[in-house]
Amino acid sequence: MAEARTLGESLRHQGVSRRGFLKFCAATASVMALPPSMVPVMAAALEKARRPSLIWLSFQECTGCTESLTRSHAPTLEDLIFDFISLDYHHTLQAASGDAAEAAREKAMHENFGSYLLVVDGSLPNENNGYSTIAGISNLEMLKQTAEGAAAVIAVGTCAAFGGLPHAAPNPTNAVPVSEIITDKPLINVSGCPPIPAVISGVLAHYLIFGQLPELDALNRPLAFYGQSIHDRCYRRSFYDKGLFAETFDDEGAKKGWCLYRLGCKGPMTYNACATIKWNQGLSWPIESGHGCLGCSEPNFWDAGGFYRALSIPTADIAKTAGYAAATGVALGAAAGVMNRRKTSAAAEKHEIVTVDDLEKSS
Amino acid sequence: MNSTMDFLLWVRGPAFDVAVAIFVIGVLVRLLEIFLLGRRPYLSEARGSQLGPGLKTVATRFLAESGTLKRAAFTVIGGYIFHLGFFIALLLFVPHIELIHATFGIEWPGMPTPVIDAITVVTLVALIGLLIHRLAHPVLRFLSGFEDYLVWALTFLPLLTGYLAFHRLVNPYPLALGIHILSVEILLILFPFTKLMHTFTAFVARWYNGAMAGRRGVES
Ligand code: SF4
Ligand code: SF4
Repeated sequence: MAEARTLGESLRHQGVSRRGFLKFCAATASVMALPPSMVPVMAAALEKARRPSLIWLSFQECTGCTESLTRSHAPTLEDLIFDFISLDYHHTLQAASGDAAEAAREKAMHENFGSYLLVVDGSLPNENNGYSTIAGISNLEMLKQTAEGAAAVIAVGTCAAFGGLPHAAPNPTNAVPVSEIITDKPLINVSGCPPIPAVISGVLAHYLIFGQLPELDALNRPLAFYGQSIHDRCYRRSFYDKGLFAETFDDEGAKKGWCLYRLGCKGPMTYNACATIKWNQGLSWPIESGHGCLGCSEPNFWDAGGFYRALSIPTADIAKTAGYAAATGVALGAAAGVMNRRKTSAAAEKHEIVTVDDLEKSS
Repeated sequence: MNSTMDFLLWVRGPAFDVAVAIFVIGVLVRLLEIFLLGRRPYLSEARGSQLGPGLKTVATRFLAESGTLKRAAFTVIGGYIFHLGFFIALLLFVPHIELIHATFGIEWPGMPTPVIDAITVVTLVALIGLLIHRLAHPVLRFLSGFEDYLVWALTFLPLLTGYLAFHRLVNPYPLALGIHILSVEILLILFPFTKLMHTFTAFVARWYNGAMAGRRGVES
């Protein structure tokens, strides 16, 4: 449960030095694109921050988001934040189960009404409540109940943010994102399938430091992480600009690290921080590992016409259409030509020769 | 909320199909109509060949006649700029070559993207300049009808929307790209039924002029 200890006290309790703490603050500031002058401010704010209660609800999801967030190696900012936050309810991470778990959720909601953070991963079935339930409570019902006393809602992962995989055609459960159900709370979408761990911890840190959600883009994503497209930050961009593409995953171009556009890379439509923060402790990221971006932080990326087809390439068989159209055009053109000729010759036949004499006679 | 991606898929799918079909059928019907009308039989004896002068005229008419250039320098130069710019952007922008490669299997080297970007800006400026000139010049204005403004817009919009999509000035991206593709589809659909047909007929007319003059043994 949320307790009186501040973050500073809690860290010292865990044996984190002042120097280590400042290092974390600097890392967070750089990740969130804050100026270095903000570091002392952040440190002071975090030092005094009270341990917030956090309730994590999982709906139609694959646990990939939780996996992502827990896969960071210690000691990281993610650890720090997660150690600090009072994670009062999380199916996968909590020890309690059944009634005890639900009781913990209700207790946290009750004790911290109006101040707890609600994190959601997974989409909601908006058709038949029986599609997904927890302890006999439908997802929809649980979300509405829990959001009521939340200070803010954080939709983690593309499923919670935009519907994600459950929403992919034909969307059998009529899956909807959190934003379609909860409209009266500050809401932030941390999209990605899964999102980068540093992004979620960065958002939480921002909330702890400033007491509010960071600046958001049109899709309610934190601008600090989703402000630039993968394509604009991609280190393969110079090859794209020159028109040098890998044709297959193992040809010469691929070996030389050329652009993956032709292999379906969705970097041009995708806003995410992979190209800058990278994955696995900054080790690498999908495009660096040789595979095009799938566009996982964008709405409907599952239904964008195929992972291995570039976004601008027509989905229909245009060559075939053009062929049929050419045949039709020739046939129609020939028919029109014949008709025009008939018209011309009919007009020529009707043509009467009028002489001056004829004209004089008629007058 | 899924509408922008659906929109993009629609313009990349059925709409593209329809636009290409109308374009190909329309252009072929109109050209065949012209060819099948035929020419009047020549009754006189030929004084020269048709082939050489015909081809020569097709080529030489790319250059403006010096009198025209002097009298209407702005129109001529602006015209050159936007025609060239349009075709460079259309045929040498890397993603466009990709589209042609993916659909017809043929490809050629493209130009560096930043160069295309600059050329597009110049082309847009030239087109805007020509439109202002057309509106400001009393005679040009008098001679201009709805169709002239329509074909101007049909040419301008694909360039403008392409520029906006490339620089992500419209969001979300699938919408920006979808609008760009749609503007091209509108161009393709209206192409055969407007003055834009001059893309093909200009060469037919030049050929006839040159060939006719050649047969008579005169300069065209
Ligand atoms: S690999 Fe993808 S993101 Fe990188 S330049 Fe090519 S298309 Fe853009
Ligand atoms: S590179 Fe693209 S698909 Fe891969 S994780 Fe990043 S945003 Fe998602």
